[in-house]
Amino acid sequence: MRYLPLTPADRTEMLGAIGAGSIDDLFVDVPPAARREGFVDLPLVAGELEVEREMSAMAARNRTAGSGPFFCGAGAYRHQVPASVDHLIQRSEFLTSYTPYQPEIAQGTLQVLFEFQTQVAALTGMDVANASMYDGSTACAEAVMMAQRVTRRTRAVLSGGLHPHYVRTTETLAHVAGVETVRLSAAVDAEADVIAAIDANTACVVVQTPNVFGTATDVTKIAAAAQAAGALLIVVTTEAISFGLLKSPGEMGADIVVAEGQSIGNGLNFGGPYVGLFACKEKFVRQMPGRLCGETVDAEGRRGFVLTLSTREQHIRRDKATSNICTNSGLCALAFSIHMSLLGEVGLRRLAALNHQRARELHKALAKVAGVEILTPRYFNEFAVRLPKNAAAVLETLAGNGVIAGVPFSRLDHGAGMDDVLLVCATETTLPEDIAIFAHSLERVIHA
Amino acid sequence: MSMNSVGRPTRPEASNDVKPATLTGARGLLQDEALIFEMEGWDKTGVDLPDAPAADDLGDLVRSEPIGLPGLSEPEVVRHYVRLSQKNHAIDLALYPLGSCTMKHNPRLNEKMARLPGFSDIHPLQPQSTVQGALELMDKLAHWLKTLTGMPAVALSPKAGAHGELCGLLAIRAAHEAAGNGERKTVLVPTSAHGTNPATAAFVGYSVVEIAQTDDGRVDLADMEAKLGPNVAAIMVTNPNTCGLFERDVIEIARLAHDAGAYFYCDGANFNAIVGRVRPGDLGVDAMHINLHKTFSTPHGGGGPGAGPVVLSEALAPFAPAPWVVHTEEGGFHLLEHEVAEASQAFGRMCAFHGQMGMYVRAYAYMRSHGADGLRQVAEDAVLNANYIKARLSDLMSPAFPDGPCMHEALFDDSWLEGTGITTLDFAKAMIDEGFHPMTMYFPLVVHGAMLIEPTETESKQELDRFVEALRLLAQAAKAGDAERFKGAPFHAPMRRLDETLAARKPRLRWRPVAAAPLAAE
Amino acid sequence: MRFTKDHEWVALEGDIATIGITAYAAEQLGDVVFVEVPEVGKVVAAGDSLAVVESVKAASDVYAPIAGEVVEANAALSDEPETVNAVPEQGGWFARLKIADPAQVEALMDRHAYEQYLSTL
Repeated sequence: MRYLPLTPADRTEMLGAIGAGSIDDLFVDVPPAARREGFVDLPLVAGELEVEREMSAMAARNRTAGSGPFFCGAGAYRHQVPASVDHLIQRSEFLTSYTPYQPEIAQGTLQVLFEFQTQVAALTGMDVANASMYDGSTACAEAVMMAQRVTRRTRAVLSGGLHPHYVRTTETLAHVAGVETVRLSAAVDAEADVIAAIDANTACVVVQTPNVFGTATDVTKIAAAAQAAGALLIVVTTEAISFGLLKSPGEMGADIVVAEGQSIGNGLNFGGPYVGLFACKEKFVRQMPGRLCGETVDAEGRRGFVLTLSTREQHIRRDKATSNICTNSGLCALAFSIHMSLLGEVGLRRLAALNHQRARELHKALAKVAGVEILTPRYFNEFAVRLPKNAAAVLETLAGNGVIAGVPFSRLDHGAGMDDVLLVCATETTLPEDIAIFAHSLERVIHA
Repeated sequence: MSMNSVGRPTRPEASNDVKPATLTGARGLLQDEALIFEMEGWDKTGVDLPDAPAADDLGDLVRSEPIGLPGLSEPEVVRHYVRLSQKNHAIDLALYPLGSCTMKHNPRLNEKMARLPGFSDIHPLQPQSTVQGALELMDKLAHWLKTLTGMPAVALSPKAGAHGELCGLLAIRAAHEAAGNGERKTVLVPTSAHGTNPATAAFVGYSVVEIAQTDDGRVDLADMEAKLGPNVAAIMVTNPNTCGLFERDVIEIARLAHDAGAYFYCDGANFNAIVGRVRPGDLGVDAMHINLHKTFSTPHGGGGPGAGPVVLSEALAPFAPAPWVVHTEEGGFHLLEHEVAEASQAFGRMCAFHGQMGMYVRAYAYMRSHGADGLRQVAEDAVLNANYIKARLSDLMSPAFPDGPCMHEALFDDSWLEGTGITTLDFAKAMIDEGFHPMTMYFPLVVHGAMLIEPTETESKQELDRFVEALRLLAQAAKAGDAERFKGAPFHAPMRRLDETLAARKPRLRWRPVAAAPLAAE
Repeated sequence: MRFTKDHEWVALEGDIATIGITAYAAEQLGDVVFVEVPEVGKVVAAGDSLAVVESVKAASDVYAPIAGEVVEANAALSDEPETVNAVPEQGGWFARLKIADPAQVEALMDRHAYEQYLSTL
């Protein structure tokens, strides 16, 4: 077997050195009733050719986003990741290294994390960021837990514009932690309801901008209202490229910012692995979940980096930890950081402007289709449209015609009574001809 | 003769050992690399993008402040990261003996398969009819996991081992609540458990009670039995345990727990020792997370991403979180998302979308490559390698549990270092100079100065011997009183020992534009 | 000064008890990097967690040896946690409690008894 270096001669020699007669002697502690000889339901060893053949066939049964007009967003976004990113993350020293617990031989990883933390803090406009979380949704849930620790209150207000998967993930965690979640009604302009929902027992308000319907909001007033009531404002962003165009959440007064970083450096990958961004104000740093990388010096006075403030984490506090996180999303954070270094301020701003422009072109084309109503007034690169028919059904028909037209809101939340709403997204990878085909096909399907 | 003038010396002159320091601080191939923020790249970009008009429709939502991000051309970026990569140790360089981490070779076929556009360029919310191949892959992975563990159901979505533990405990809590057993508020955890176990239990709202350990490193059955009762929701046991030993009484442990109305959560971090030979389902386990980045070779990537699917018993299956992959009547696949939430007792959702698809593809390529027979050989070679190391070091170092074989990892305590003034930490740092990443240190907590060595099955005998030789030489040096070698180690790594106290007292977690005074040790 | 088996010390003046950790405990802990002192006004029973002291690798609870109400906390420790290592039994105190029953303090080990206790560890 190609991945197993031991030869039969090796094994014999090693058993001799151990003083065991056979390998079974080493498994002597396994109860006889539990010993298995084999598995009839599983195939035996296979060479690369066979494995590649089978898996390529499975992959071929999926329609790639790049194969035609494609307009899905809603929490995961298709962007062009420069070729060098994927090459660099596959270097042995990045791909096959472990968590940097031995900093003397992990300065590569640690310096990357320090740069990553700085980039995330800059993008979000906050004082400090951690070394990444699993994804945006779990980062959101952890932020609510953190707000509970900081304020010692047990009520979290979730805006109606928050991605329903994020709502559900947060509710799942909050439920066991004794935090009551109040989810406001889903609406394109849901942020208008938030301030009225804040009370004296509110630990935090969670507001997404741009929200799941694409609406971009200035949350400055919400921040002020929350803080006046002693609550924290948690801002959620699912499209990290939007930081290149819009005012940062930090600038608008956020206490904690969580985001999905997938758009930068990481492909769609059918939902994972992704990378959660988590940033907050300086005064909250000891309550932050996740790993943190800090600067220090070595025995010769040279600057270096180490994981720090580890006493918050599970392997030390055990049952008093700030969360049970063990892993961050290291390689995805590296990809994010490399892509950010390539883009720089100049490139990110340009990329963001391009995304917005494409979305405006999409808006213009769809607005011309009779019966289609554009619902989102101000957006970054995605927005919601109301169709005169069931959105999921229209989507299915369009898919049959080669157009992946977006995400019906009912797929995320079918109890909201918005079965006629479609979420559409355009990025720098969207071509003018894609938009034309989409508009044309949509017209035909609606008026069929 | 016809002369040519290109003669020059082709043999080195005799060296006199004096190594002058370099003039720039670089050391041959290894460069000191600044932070990207310290390079002059504030107005550069390494990505060519067309200009786009300013957004005139967004009013004051548009950012007016600069972000503060440097950019560099592609050649500069490539150099920066390649230079940084050279400061990292990695599995691809040498045996990485981290106990409980299972640092096995990361096959590159896995990477190739994960990058097929059919797997990498698909959106989680595309119409399901357009991603049948992806759902099929998830279903096949689920089949392998269920078959290998002998369990009827699996929740694929947890994004890491600890996330899987959370998922398992949430399912257990939901099951108790549904059965009206809400008064069960305690979880029993052995003293040797990994910190995530009690942390997760506490997080889910349980109080944690510790179970004692016997002198031969196993769960103390009598103590466990005494602590079981109508208030216990679950026990959390790792098997093989964190001391690298198989819990001989595991079937009895399961029976006692079940008789007392508690569930048996198994931490599957050490599954590599028994995969293909033992099914946790046969041992009475109710829920077990599997670290795909341990047993199933997905890369560690400097700290993630991982994946922690959880296999579940019949009793817990109904509570598995959304989404579920099911078969359709037409022979296709369907992902149940919100339908699961309403029509079932699913406790909720672990994360957005469907889980770590990229890791599923890699793990599947690995499983398919090995086959059932290959995986069995994996466990056997992993256990053989660990016992070989234990046998070849036992005369110089002190195994914590010398009687009987270990499983896939060998545990030593620091009693052999007594009188030398050298600690486990010092010894580990000296290993770095000899070219090896240190083993897991000071874990499990139940053993003093613990050293936990897990070679895995992807090490050749030559590499094992090289490792053993290095440790033998170091152990002999320690006993001979060569304290200098250890106290200041490492001397030959890219960096010397770092001041972690300073990092924690004066946390500096990002670069700042105004140059602060460099951190100085106090 | 009196001592507990959990390595806290208590110095009583009138009905105000100053509490800290012993030199032995500070040494076992390693470099102290952070101290979480209690809020003034907090009421504790004997055995309740009074403060948390962190080193790089460990976080330990400091328990109240006797019941009382926190009247002062050593705020200087948040800027200079190293004080705990330097002078654990003087400047490195954590909190001052107003106690109801000074006899409870008398009942604790004196230094001689504590040192004897240490030798058994």
